[in-house]
Amino acid sequence: MSYEGWILLTGSLVGISCGIVGCFLILRKMAMLADAISHTVLLGIVGAYLISNSLEGVYMLIGAAVVGILTAFFVQLLHSIGVQSDAAIGVVFTSLFAVGVILLSLFGGKVHLDVEHALMGEITFIPWDILEINGINLGPKAVWMLGTVLILNLIIILLFYKEIKISSFDPDMAVALGIPVLFIHYLLMGMLSLTTVASFDSVGAILVVAMLIVPGATAYLLTDKLSVMLMLSALVGVLSAIAGYFIAMIFNVSISGSMAVAAGVIFAITFVLSPTHGLLSRWLARKRLQNKSA
Amino acid sequence: MSETLVSIWTDANTQWVLIGTLLLGLASGLVGSFALLKKQSLIGDAMAHAALPGICIAFLIHGAKSMSWFIIGAALSGLLATFFIEKMIKLSRIKEDTSIGLVLSVFFGFGIVLLTYINHQSKGNQSGIDDFIFGQAASLVGADVKLISAVAVLLIIITVVLFKELKLLTFDPQFAQGIGLPTGLLNGLLMTLIVGVVVIGLQAVGVILMSAMLITPAIAARYWTERLDHMVIIAGAIGAFSGVFGTLLSTTTKGMPTGPLIIVAATIIFLISMVFAPKRGLLVKAIRRSRLRRQVAREQVLQTLYDFTEQEYLQYKTGNGFHEQQIMKKRPISMSMLRKVLRSLEKEELVRRTGDALWCLTEKGLTEAYHITLRNRLMEVYLMNEMNYAHFNIRQDMDLLQLPEKVLTELKQLLKQYGREPLVLPANMNAGKRPYHRYASIGGK
Repeated sequence: MSYEGWILLTGSLVGISCGIVGCFLILRKMAMLADAISHTVLLGIVGAYLISNSLEGVYMLIGAAVVGILTAFFVQLLHSIGVQSDAAIGVVFTSLFAVGVILLSLFGGKVHLDVEHALMGEITFIPWDILEINGINLGPKAVWMLGTVLILNLIIILLFYKEIKISSFDPDMAVALGIPVLFIHYLLMGMLSLTTVASFDSVGAILVVAMLIVPGATAYLLTDKLSVMLMLSALVGVLSAIAGYFIAMIFNVSISGSMAVAAGVIFAITFVLSPTHGLLSRWLARKRLQNKSA
Repeated sequence: MSETLVSIWTDANTQWVLIGTLLLGLASGLVGSFALLKKQSLIGDAMAHAALPGICIAFLIHGAKSMSWFIIGAALSGLLATFFIEKMIKLSRIKEDTSIGLVLSVFFGFGIVLLTYINHQSKGNQSGIDDFIFGQAASLVGADVKLISAVAVLLIIITVVLFKELKLLTFDPQFAQGIGLPTGLLNGLLMTLIVGVVVIGLQAVGVILMSAMLITPAIAARYWTERLDHMVIIAGAIGAFSGVFGTLLSTTTKGMPTGPLIIVAATIIFLISMVFAPKRGLLVKAIRRSRLRRQVAREQVLQTLYDFTEQEYLQYKTGNGFHEQQIMKKRPISMSMLRKVLRSLEKEELVRRTGDALWCLTEKGLTEAYHITLRNRLMEVYLMNEMNYAHFNIRQDMDLLQLPEKVLTELKQLLKQYGREPLVLPANMNAGKRPYHRYASIGGK
């Protein structure tokens, strides 16, 4: 596959994984937790490096997943002892991120891990970091990592679809039915951290947040059915990745930034034009009602 | 190390930077308190991220690094982001958290796009905009700091002057509207104040961590007081202290970004407040809870002993005290707790040891236990007939013996009807009708 093809594939995989996980975050009103985890993942990566002394993807993945779940846990903990939830998120992610940045500036001199990379990702270098087994070129490592995480996510969602669905829409009923709501919560948090860290390495923190929230929000404005929302969200994720790449090529700017902007543009269009929940259709409906009553 | 410290205190520029971060911390603590209480603390996060494109556009228009242009650009795009967030919540079914995250990430993505565009344009000439992402107070120069300080002072003055109005807006917006305050305008003003703090903090603390400057000092201060004016002052002090602390540490250590150090300092203060604050701290709460548990256990043990005594009295016999196991069978209480309670009751001379793990009430203990039992049984009959007594507004945590005489008599009458009247009366009530050998003074003579 061509260089361009690999980048588009990586972006699309990020779009699909994040889009799917993001839907649940939006439905559970936990979108800001995505923002939080995408920041604290930095501490996980730095911590994994300091402990394992290597930059292997596996260690990074484990470290980031651990810190991601810890973030969710700390937020829950602070909330349960009476800190209001928005402040709990704000305190936890900023402090963990600050510790990450401090560790990075203390020991980061030797590491190939600079902050800009963490923020913007290095999607342009993805096609050159190739996975080779027995000398056979299997394509970029990032694609394999993202693909694995995506499949893992899909398996989890298919296995627990009903449970996740009920506990997202009606947590009280889920508890009454005997669904382990807390387990589902941490399962989702685990998925979120895995997805975040797998995407983080290639597209950086900003795009992760954008890809987690924007496609899901767009899909939320287009449908009332969860299964449709999941598919639409993945589709929007892929579309923004592709559109963003071409914008970046034309203006010679950051690829991940452009993907975030493309996602934003798609959302804005949907916000105005959505047939069910858009500004325009609601305005028309109101006009029609006014005419009728007049 | 000590030399660098001396040079910090004498270096004019560093002095200015310290004053700047102190004022910044003060202002963010002040304004952050209102944002926190209005549950809008994450909007600060969105504003900080959204400031990036504004800064880049200001740079593109002006063509050089200029603090005042940056502040204007950042403020405009921050306000635009707030406007989008509020409109999105109002006009569609998208919830607050989603809209904040959405606006934040898209604006920041756009900022990064512009940043890379600028970097490519200026051909390797680092314009210093990168410093905005993590904050580098040391890179501030005199004129910038003076501007930052001036804006901070302005924000502090506005907050102090409009304190009463902002307070009303925060706690009771409906009432504020009712007495004719322009709530829309005030809300906009509060948003502008938040944007102002965020914008002047960007250079020192950085885009990503600026929200913590608004949240952390305020939430730490919340633990120490229930009054808004105190909270605002404490939050300002915590913010100012963290700002100075972070700046000092950052200028003495090479290559250390300022923002994270400020935030870590503030977070440590928050953790200390959370655990040790009087009244609301975790430690005090834990102590209070264990004291309550102890008191409940004490009452339970006394009442159980009373129940046993009463049964004995009814069966015309006097045993050799009551076994610990017997108590535990009737009450959900752990062995260690029971022993602890019994020991303390013994010290108070309310119970007496009559054998191995055998206990009975002393006369003094009987009086105490009688009142506890009476109270609990009155509550029982009251709850059974709650409907008839609704007009007395009895609450679960009320002491029923404090009720008006008439109601009390009525309830006691009911108690007799149900046969739940405590039968073994203490000595001073002198109403024992038949001899009971355990307590000589009760009708025994």
